[in-house]
Amino acid sequence: MKIVVCIKQVPDTKGGVQFNPDGTLNRKAMLAIMNPDDKAGLEAALRLRDQYGAEVTVITMGLPKAKDVLIEAMAMGADKAILITDRVLGGADTWATSTTLAGALRNLEYDLIITGRQAIDGDTAQVGPQISEHLGIPVISYAQKLDIAGGYVIVQRQYEDGYHVLKAKMPCLITALAELNKPRYMTPGGIFDACEAEITTYNRGHLIDVDDANLGLAGSPTKIARASDKVKKGSGEQVNLDPEASVAYILEKLTEKHII
Amino acid sequence: MKLEDYKGVFVFAQQVDHKINDVALELLGKAKQLAGDLDTDVTAVLIGRNVKELAVKLAAYGADRIIVVDDPELEHYRTEPYTHALASVINEFRPEIVLVGATAIGRDLGPTVSARVQTGLTADCTQLDIGDFPIKKMNHQEQKHNQLLMTRPAFGGNTIATIACPDNRPQMATVRPGVMQKLDRIKNPKAEIIDYNPGFSKNDKYVEILDIVKEITNTVDILDANILISGGRGLGGPENFCILEELAAALGGEVSCSRAVVDAGWKPKDLQVGQTGKTVRPNVYIAVGISGAIQHVAGMEESDLIIAINKDETAPIFDVADYGIVGDYRNIVPMLTRQLMSNK
Repeated sequence: MKIVVCIKQVPDTKGGVQFNPDGTLNRKAMLAIMNPDDKAGLEAALRLRDQYGAEVTVITMGLPKAKDVLIEAMAMGADKAILITDRVLGGADTWATSTTLAGALRNLEYDLIITGRQAIDGDTAQVGPQISEHLGIPVISYAQKLDIAGGYVIVQRQYEDGYHVLKAKMPCLITALAELNKPRYMTPGGIFDACEAEITTYNRGHLIDVDDANLGLAGSPTKIARASDKVKKGSGEQVNLDPEASVAYILEKLTEKHII
Repeated sequence: MKLEDYKGVFVFAQQVDHKINDVALELLGKAKQLAGDLDTDVTAVLIGRNVKELAVKLAAYGADRIIVVDDPELEHYRTEPYTHALASVINEFRPEIVLVGATAIGRDLGPTVSARVQTGLTADCTQLDIGDFPIKKMNHQEQKHNQLLMTRPAFGGNTIATIACPDNRPQMATVRPGVMQKLDRIKNPKAEIIDYNPGFSKNDKYVEILDIVKEITNTVDILDANILISGGRGLGGPENFCILEELAAALGGEVSCSRAVVDAGWKPKDLQVGQTGKTVRPNVYIAVGISGAIQHVAGMEESDLIIAINKDETAPIFDVADYGIVGDYRNIVPMLTRQLMSNK
């Protein structure tokens, strides 16, 4: 069985968010990590490999420094890694990104493609389903549990009020939720081997059945009209009183606003 | 076909088990306003099995026309037949705008449909307007009018981007539940109903549903609450939520929570407020023991009145609170509840 996991390097928005003095986000001060949903997807692939035997390939699209997440994936146990990097791919929206990834995936044999449900920088959840559409294969999004039976995947597909158990014929694409599992740590030996391991690099020339007009910023149907680092809402009053006075303060405000 | 030939604002009227999702009604409200700006009309696209009787409700909330795609293959949501249904409607009726609720269904259907009809899709929008693109006239670029400008938070709620889709049709957006306002119910609505079936032939993309599991929770929908008492990891443990429940009962509100609480397994996911949970805008939001991570704030900052109680005076929640109280909630909240009860 051949499994390909699509991963993304993202800035860590959880916890250590840093601001510049003007209230804008200080991106340079933030760590670049493997997107959490993608990491759960990789862990799911590695568990399937451990259980049934498989070859796990990780693929990412990004700047040359995105190689770091591929090395991390190799240190966790991935067998092969591919970096898609080319200037013409820059500024891609989800449509152009999924077109690019599909073009790269057409080079590979796969029974199962796993992506994270969404990346914590964009939060769109669009790229996985769009890849499946470009490749013409079934997709199951929001996987909270995943197994293989014969030539099929059996997936618990999460909804707001429960889940469906779905069965799809492989090859297919699954988008993974972070709650799918708890990803393993890198091992010292794995880290050592990963640093030595070869990473395949793809550029524009490697993309199969992809039109130039569908790549990068120019090939993106959606265009940014305006972007701003969000201006933080001005804070209101802050008080530090003893409990009785705190309670009186809250009651006063609730009364003032006609809540009580 | 020229871009100007695409007409009308379409809303995907999500139904599950013959119940229209509220977000579909909210989208009809917004669609009505956009259609007014564009001098066009609003169409709801109703997809399912034996769902035609739901059309009346869609008309009552602002649909001028309802396209019903009814087929046995559409009994339960599955990506492929629903994608085929909505994409076929788009190819047949050529709308200029398609709005989809950013639900667990819409966030799957939107991307596959946009890829199939080859247009852009903007996810999880919080604001939609009609305007010019580029917003300011530029010398080297044609300024297009009457474009859908889609505004969404990104980067965990740290940035806001306004996005247009100037060269492809339709312009597609998913919109978070609870953000747009539904119209007041129209009495004796008039709407045209069109049956449309593009034909469904099974292929490998039709996944099989083996089981449907509803997780029965007796939790309320926090989107409907006027007052929310929201607890974070600072509560110290799941047992302490009863302190918040008592306050909620005294105020006539409901209890919600932060992601940390859900991650820790203290409360179910449907009570979670934030970027990856629900976007709420109650009259009063009382945050107790919530540090105020950006991803949480993104889901509650539109609340009319925000009160925060936290031991840590540097907690970022105080940056968005109208009234911040530094202190231990264990000493403050039970006393507050008692006084509210005795004032009644």
